[in-house]
Amino acid sequence: MTIPARFTEPADTTVEAPPKAKRKAAVRREVGRSIPRLESHAKVDGSAEYIYHLRLPGMLQGKICRSTVPHGRIVRIDASAALAIEGVHAVITGEDIRTLIPDPYYGPAFHDQPILAIGKVRYVGEPVAVVLAADLHVAEEAADQVVVEYEPLEPVFDEVAATKPGAPIIHDSLRPAGMFPDLQYLKGRSGTNVALDARVLHGDVEKGFAEADQVFENVFRSRKVVHATFEPTVSLAELNGSNGLTIHTSSQSPSYVRAEVSRLLGWPENRVRVRTAFLGGSFGAKLYIKLEALVAACALLVRKPVRIGLTMEEEFYTITKHGATVRIKTGMAKDGRIVAREVETWWNGGAYADIGPRVSQKSGFTAAGPYDIENVSLINYAVYTNDPPAGALRGFGISQIVWAYECQNDIIARSLGIDPLEFRRRNILHDGRPHATGTIMTNAEIDEVLDRLSDRMHWDVLFDHGSGPVRRGRGLAIGFKACIAPTTSVAVVNVYGDGSCCVSCSTVDMGQGSDTAMAQIAAETLGISTETVRVIHPDTDVTPYDMATLGSRSTYHMGNAVRLAAEDARAQLLRIAAATLQTDIEELEYRDGAVISRSGARMTMRGLMLARFGMQAGTVIGMGTFTPPYTKPDPRTGQSPQITPYWMLAGAAAEIEVDTETGRIRVTKLVNVGDVGCAINPAIAKRQLNGAGTMQLGFTLFEEMRFNEGQVINASLADYKIPGMLDVPEDLSAELVEFPHEHGPFGAKGVGETGMFSVSPAIANALCDAIGVRIMELPLTPERVLRAIRESENRPLESE
Amino acid sequence: MMNETRRIIRFTLNGRAATANIAIYETVIEVLQRDFNLFGGRESCGQGLCGCCTVLVNGTAVSGCLYLAAFVDGAEVVTVEGLADRGVLHPIQQAFVSKTGFQCGYCTPGFILMTEQLLKRYPHPTDDEIRHYLSGNLCRCAAYPDIIEAVKAAANKIQAVESDP
Ligand code: FES
Ligand code: FES
Repeated sequence: MTIPARFTEPADTTVEAPPKAKRKAAVRREVGRSIPRLESHAKVDGSAEYIYHLRLPGMLQGKICRSTVPHGRIVRIDASAALAIEGVHAVITGEDIRTLIPDPYYGPAFHDQPILAIGKVRYVGEPVAVVLAADLHVAEEAADQVVVEYEPLEPVFDEVAATKPGAPIIHDSLRPAGMFPDLQYLKGRSGTNVALDARVLHGDVEKGFAEADQVFENVFRSRKVVHATFEPTVSLAELNGSNGLTIHTSSQSPSYVRAEVSRLLGWPENRVRVRTAFLGGSFGAKLYIKLEALVAACALLVRKPVRIGLTMEEEFYTITKHGATVRIKTGMAKDGRIVAREVETWWNGGAYADIGPRVSQKSGFTAAGPYDIENVSLINYAVYTNDPPAGALRGFGISQIVWAYECQNDIIARSLGIDPLEFRRRNILHDGRPHATGTIMTNAEIDEVLDRLSDRMHWDVLFDHGSGPVRRGRGLAIGFKACIAPTTSVAVVNVYGDGSCCVSCSTVDMGQGSDTAMAQIAAETLGISTETVRVIHPDTDVTPYDMATLGSRSTYHMGNAVRLAAEDARAQLLRIAAATLQTDIEELEYRDGAVISRSGARMTMRGLMLARFGMQAGTVIGMGTFTPPYTKPDPRTGQSPQITPYWMLAGAAAEIEVDTETGRIRVTKLVNVGDVGCAINPAIAKRQLNGAGTMQLGFTLFEEMRFNEGQVINASLADYKIPGMLDVPEDLSAELVEFPHEHGPFGAKGVGETGMFSVSPAIANALCDAIGVRIMELPLTPERVLRAIRESENRPLESE
Repeated sequence: MMNETRRIIRFTLNGRAATANIAIYETVIEVLQRDFNLFGGRESCGQGLCGCCTVLVNGTAVSGCLYLAAFVDGAEVVTVEGLADRGVLHPIQQAFVSKTGFQCGYCTPGFILMTEQLLKRYPHPTDDEIRHYLSGNLCRCAAYPDIIEAVKAAANKIQAVESDP
């Protein structure tokens, strides 16, 4: 493999991190302050708008009848009993949908998911039919009366088994979507459950292993977990007067929904309007198409507004996080440097690809960790199984990967007798060094993240491990993510006749505070106060295109678009003033709704509008488009000089207590450090780190979807426990590492996922520190911990 | 279900007389949403486990997703919409604003009403009391540290108002 010459200077881990000759942030009024969120009032008085609460006049409610088998042919659907129930308006099946949409398969990576099952079902819980009724109770009762007969097929659930010869095949042939040209080579491939195998090759890994003094190999697993957003997924569709369709939906990706529903219907995009409101949490659950195509088809078939809102139980059948098996092999030099690393990952994508192939690839290429390793080989398989579909969940696969490499790094450090922090310091990938993809690390403050962790944990102070049945331990981990590319955000800033301003953008505020951040950016640029800016919620008839609110990309991408739009509006206002005042534009400044010249002349908004429109009314519209540069990786080697617009670095450290008699872990201290560039709103950024950290704490200690022959057996908050107040560590803290990113809006990068990355291995490493027991599979439930303890004492517990 | 029994219930809703024609299987949340357009109490888990649907019935916080509407006949019902006094937020609401005790906000009305009940019983709660009292309310965004801060700020606020009427 060849890589550009400038990438090939020999690894030298003794070099100091490059000096931090960073720009000092300019004096700012709006950005960088913890301004209270704009929607605060509406969120405490009950008036905040969520689509789940929308009722349309004359609407029908839909209840989905779901598959009861994990894999099977549909022999017959008998809706007669359901239709006989008074109040049932219609029962819709896949064949009905076909009368409207001949090829009703959707998906962002593969067109593999039918709006309703056609001929075959591929997981328990798959939508097979929908009952429509004005009264939801009637629809629910009738959905139970739809009789579906299946001819069962052999299922496969394990992601590794599904890739083996002879495994049942879930899709007859692969159908890549047009959106990703690099998947086209998979078109028509049949006889496989592997939807994508993505590779990164750097150096010569075989040679690296041959030269290594010691080689470590382990397998780590993560189980499936679920988003469990508190506002369940919901969509409504209604015909609108102008020959089109309006979809109200709890979506993170309104622009995508418009495009995909239009494609399905064979309509131009301008006939489909998609709008959202606040989302009651999302975390990746409400991306791409969920219920939108279904309500659209139903509304068109019955010519009435249709609403389908899921229950919490149904969330478990709709989208999950990927389970993953990661085999990681690492070659070490005597001096504690990693010289080769090979990572092979099987991603359990469930029955439909959703964005799974992208999760596999985009997270997969970071699977060697933020380390400077000469020889790397990374292989990722996106695998179909008969589980519910897996997609994005806050981190897009990163936490499954970090779980593997940070646990293994600890195993290696302990075995070589090197302090875990020191081990990482010796190996980290400094700014200016090439990552395994060939992209140079820049604006990545990994040294600083480690320093802060060390400070916060008093790492150099001797730690009391306790005695008796309750032992104490501490651990740390670091991780990183490359922001997704290529993507685009577009924003419009509208300055009205009185100087007030609206930001139109399709970024969805699902709790992360993007409305406030975007308002801060517009306000900073226009020299007005944040509280006076209004942010218009996504409505594709009004707000311009945005790729989606995902992957911690909005602050950077949409933030830049909003900044550019506000700059554009400001420039237009300055031009009006310059022409009127006959001055140079450089002499002018726009602030608080007026243009002021250096010589002291002043033009109010009234004057500006008069000058431009001949009356004191009008509007000045600024537009901003932001697409960071990106170079597609070589399909064979995964090499690219520009794989990502920015890297997100994170570290977590934990102190725990473990009860050796029950296996229960109590996390007493959790520190989450995130490299965020410059925070637009520091309080919001910290809240994101803490929120993500606590969510990942749940994924680490107890959250786990449990299955019996493909049936989720804990699809309720009664049996699937999520973190509550009593689970939050007494000492929970978040710390921002702030160095301005050179291309970020006011130096900012993304932060929404950062707090997830490193929590699980930090806790598992602390467990090992406490009792010397290493667990390779998440979650670290008391039972799993106790079994491991007893195993290590040579008196194993009976198996289940 | 189809041969349902309906009945008329009369109750006080946020201080005003209210009447509703309900089916006996309907929950408080369904009736508040459908007949009164009140969405501050909202269903999420539907099983009495998350607290998003909390409403006060005769001053006691209940899970509105399980509480049958028939049982509020004659009772006094308060929802989060009834806390503000002519547009002025209740001190608890103010504290949730000033401490940003939320992210997506879906769970927030439930926490606010539960805090109302907590502060009636323990006007000066310790961190531990707050954690235990509110442990039946869940927040998927995990805004817990800020919620605890908001509860403490609310306690101080109410205390200040009471000692200086
Ligand atoms: S919806 Fe009632 S407790 Fe969760
Ligand atoms: S703020 Fe989102 S669930 Fe609590």
